[in-house]
Amino acid sequence: MNLSEKILAVHTGKTEVHPGEFINASVDLVLSNDITAPLAIKEFHRLGAKKVFDSAKVVMVPDHFVPNKDIPSAEQAKMMREFAIEQGLVYFEVGRSGIEHVLLPEQGLVRPGLVIVGADSHTCTYGALGAFATGMGSTDIAVAMATGEIWMKVPPTIKFVYHGQLSQWVSGKDLILYTIGDIGVDGALYSVMEFTGESMEELPIDGRFTMANMAIEAGAKAGIFHVDAETYNYLRYVAGIKVMPDDFRSMELAQASDDADYADVVEYDVTRIEPQVAFPSLPSNIKPVSQSGGISLDQVVIGACTNGRISDLRVAAELLRGRRVNQRLRCIVIPGSQRVYLEALKEGLIEVFIQAGAVVSTPTCGPCLGGHMGVLAAGERCLSTTNRNFVGRMGSPQSEVYLSSPAVAAASAVAGRIVHPSEIGS
Amino acid sequence: MIFRGKVHKFGSDVNTDVIIPARYLNVSEPGELAKHCMADVDSQFTTKMVPGDIIMAETNFGCGSSREHAPLAIKACGVSCVIARSFARIFFRNAIDIGMPLLECAAAVENSEAGDILEVDLSSGEINNISRGKSFLANPYPEFMLGIIHAGGLIKYTKRYAKHNYH
Ligand code: SF4
Repeated sequence: MNLSEKILAVHTGKTEVHPGEFINASVDLVLSNDITAPLAIKEFHRLGAKKVFDSAKVVMVPDHFVPNKDIPSAEQAKMMREFAIEQGLVYFEVGRSGIEHVLLPEQGLVRPGLVIVGADSHTCTYGALGAFATGMGSTDIAVAMATGEIWMKVPPTIKFVYHGQLSQWVSGKDLILYTIGDIGVDGALYSVMEFTGESMEELPIDGRFTMANMAIEAGAKAGIFHVDAETYNYLRYVAGIKVMPDDFRSMELAQASDDADYADVVEYDVTRIEPQVAFPSLPSNIKPVSQSGGISLDQVVIGACTNGRISDLRVAAELLRGRRVNQRLRCIVIPGSQRVYLEALKEGLIEVFIQAGAVVSTPTCGPCLGGHMGVLAAGERCLSTTNRNFVGRMGSPQSEVYLSSPAVAAASAVAGRIVHPSEIGS
Repeated sequence: MIFRGKVHKFGSDVNTDVIIPARYLNVSEPGELAKHCMADVDSQFTTKMVPGDIIMAETNFGCGSSREHAPLAIKACGVSCVIARSFARIFFRNAIDIGMPLLECAAAVENSEAGDILEVDLSSGEINNISRGKSFLANPYPEFMLGIIHAGGLIKYTKRYAKHNYH
């Protein structure tokens, strides 16, 4: 069996599962946020449920419109907070929180071999640590909260193998954009993307989070990485998990067997990949930055569950240090969690951003989904490290969103147009 | 169940952000969401459509976010069903869960135009294009999903079949 099949089999009490099979899997973590929780809570009540199956395994995070942007969103957040407190759930209040997919791994809630379902499509981010994690809607989440189980069709897996060493300024973001550009926004529909190859072994965990995060942008059910020393280092030193317990069912479960079945195997030579940019209005509309024609910009956003981690901010700061954001544009930097914010503060990165003339926001999804903190007017162009550039995603349906890595975003913030980071940095 | 309605046609990759933009997600009442259904792909949609009408699209309909608000908005504004060549995974699941009928049928999409009148028999999957005198058969649902559909959505299905006492 491949990685996902092994995890799903264990959670179904079977020795084997096969693609196409309908299963009822037990879940280890159930997530929702200030947009999706209110609907899930309504359905939970409609189900006639009184208590969640396990309050230590149900997580609610206010992150999309927080700190609350208007009265209706405040009402939604309040409904979630009251339910979370009443049920004794794992709940992170504003000020001790962050964007859910940055927050949960650093809080030690994500471990290899778990099945995690979330009422948020980017729940697939957790595959970076070898978990089977997938996004669903509020009704599914309501049922999972009540029963601790979820129905699923075992997905086929496509194996992506990356060979070679990454060039300077090329990151996980560039690899996943390149991959989506190659296979299309439904190129992995209903499937799992298993990311492997020697380039992945070299890829830091933050880069893996970025890649797994965007599996949904290719239509995938999940993205998943094998567990290795990097994973263990993250779990130990970032997530603060002191003992690696047996319940990781770890190494054996965290690797595909030699005779694993794959629906397809796709191989890439990364040495030829340069920084990538997704043009409006699909994440698959990819061009290498050298062919992006110097598109002029009104706004740059650095953050989100895709690229709001400390290493992302370090790269951005490296390019912004001692430079000024172009006077014609706004650059908005959003640390993904309070912890990332504090680390950036201690490392002096926040000062670099402010000296450069950037806005630094409290952790929030905010502009990523056109919520607040950087909504676009008609005709405006934004280069963003987020994951979606659909029509109207960040504001007016007449605005344009381009996607890139933090390096390209920071360099472009200085230049005022989309540029290769080497034009600014060395 | 048989529906009859006029076709509104859309392209590929119609995503949840254009079906119900996030700026309207600060509420979750279906009636409120319905007012903005398809807002960023066709701002006139809610004024043009009449209850019972059918949305037809190419591939990957409903891609993007997990917001159940998307099928809820479509259902609440009175669309009787969505017919597409293919659907995005989370949208498909959400629609089945809330009892919003979807049919996968490439032939119907190929042979129908905006404004055509269709008659759809949900139980047999038969789609009749009355305007053109043609009929098509949608891809059948897997047995398991039929169970959820026949129960009237996931909540009713779970109430009926959950092994666990979740109270
Ligand atoms: S940062 Fe953007 S993509 Fe990530 S969870 Fe928030 S809204 Fe969704």
